[in-house]
Amino acid sequence: MRTLTDAWAWLTDSAHWAGDDGIWHRLTQHLVLTVVCLLISCLIALPVALVLGHLGKGGALAVNISNAGRAVPTFAVLVLLLLTPLGRWGDGPTVVALVLFAVPPLLTNAYVGMRGVDRSVVQAARGMGMTGRQMLWRVELPLALPLVLSGVRIAAVQLVATATIAALAGGGGLGRIITAGFNLASTPQVLAGAVLVAVFALLVEGVFEAAERIAPGWTRGRGDTG
Amino acid sequence: MTAPPDDCLARNEWVCGEYLSTRRQIVLDAVVQHLELTAVSVLIALVVAVPLAVLARRWRWAAGPVLALTTILYTIPSLAMFSLLLPVYGLSASLVVAGLVLYSLTLLVRNILAGLRAVPEETRQAARGMGYGPVRLLLTVELPLALPAAMAGLRIATVSAVSLVTVGAIVGFGGLGNLIYTGMNTYFKAQVLTASVLCVVIAVAADLLLLGVQRLLTPWESASRAAARS
Repeated sequence: MRTLTDAWAWLTDSAHWAGDDGIWHRLTQHLVLTVVCLLISCLIALPVALVLGHLGKGGALAVNISNAGRAVPTFAVLVLLLLTPLGRWGDGPTVVALVLFAVPPLLTNAYVGMRGVDRSVVQAARGMGMTGRQMLWRVELPLALPLVLSGVRIAAVQLVATATIAALAGGGGLGRIITAGFNLASTPQVLAGAVLVAVFALLVEGVFEAAERIAPGWTRGRGDTG
Repeated sequence: MTAPPDDCLARNEWVCGEYLSTRRQIVLDAVVQHLELTAVSVLIALVVAVPLAVLARRWRWAAGPVLALTTILYTIPSLAMFSLLLPVYGLSASLVVAGLVLYSLTLLVRNILAGLRAVPEETRQAARGMGYGPVRLLLTVELPLALPAAMAGLRIATVSAVSLVTVGAIVGFGGLGNLIYTGMNTYFKAQVLTASVLCVVIAVAADLLLLGVQRLLTPWESASRAAARS
């Protein structure tokens, strides 16, 4: 109990929020890092998954990439990149390692979502004379959207959680508060940092859950009017 | 002009056979620690997950809290998880194991529960009609039918655990992660690459091993696969 109150005291000390090592700065770094990595991962994974799903090809590839992705330790990738020339480019290694980590779940979820669209609906769209592109945008994607979004949610939450590892390799973000706490042997600081990351991850989960609740209604609405 | 040293360790190359031959014992110790941490964590998680999933299946009201709790545990980052448990376990191997157990729990509970829920109602009715009690129904019908889904969860949990063990390096119990961590601080390329590759090799080997176990435990699945082919 003592450690908990100490951690609370550390968190509420205004001195720990200001400055370059302060919580605000680390929180901003963490947010920027996560958002940038999520955007890059989506830009890579979603077009590939949507096209593969539309063509109905590469299913085994999508699933195997996802399984193989779990076997690759992000921390090891980060350190490997850090020792290459890329290591001189600030956050470069962290961004590449995190993107490699986030692409597989995005790819698999979006692909599975596209393939899960009822074939008879697709046939009907074809019967109405829709082109492949129209079918992809107006039929398959809206119907697959809930699963595509749930892939984005999983990737976002795991990115927030995994971005802490960057600190182990000298990067920024909330992980720095934890590693600094370890170096100072300050359990309250370590705990405070951990709580911050956990709360951040849960907040992201909550935001996406709310978005997912709205999304199916939105697609249904479009289907009714359009 | 001096000739470059003919020792790949001195030249600090990525791939270096000399590294393995001179530090075999260190690498071997790290691999053993890595395997131990993974195996112990996943086994403990399995022992906890099966009753939890069975409870959540039996009593509908239990499913919500069980799933919510395990999902929250999964959301906590590995580095943060180790730190949250720090006051309880101190800097020890138990700290890493506890963190990994909590992680694997989510994957296992979800998959086992999904497997149990997928058992057809007619099958359960038939077993009941044949006079099976609840315990016998669970052990000889429901759990075996849930095996493929449970094994899928076990494979994902194991592979994830192998890669997560590396983060344990922060408290000194990270198996191959220790080598990666010290290799990073000393810029020792051969050590970082060798340890990273070994991590992936262990993960793939564990996955294939569990796939083999799954085939052995569920012979009816391969029979239905063969039937589907013919």
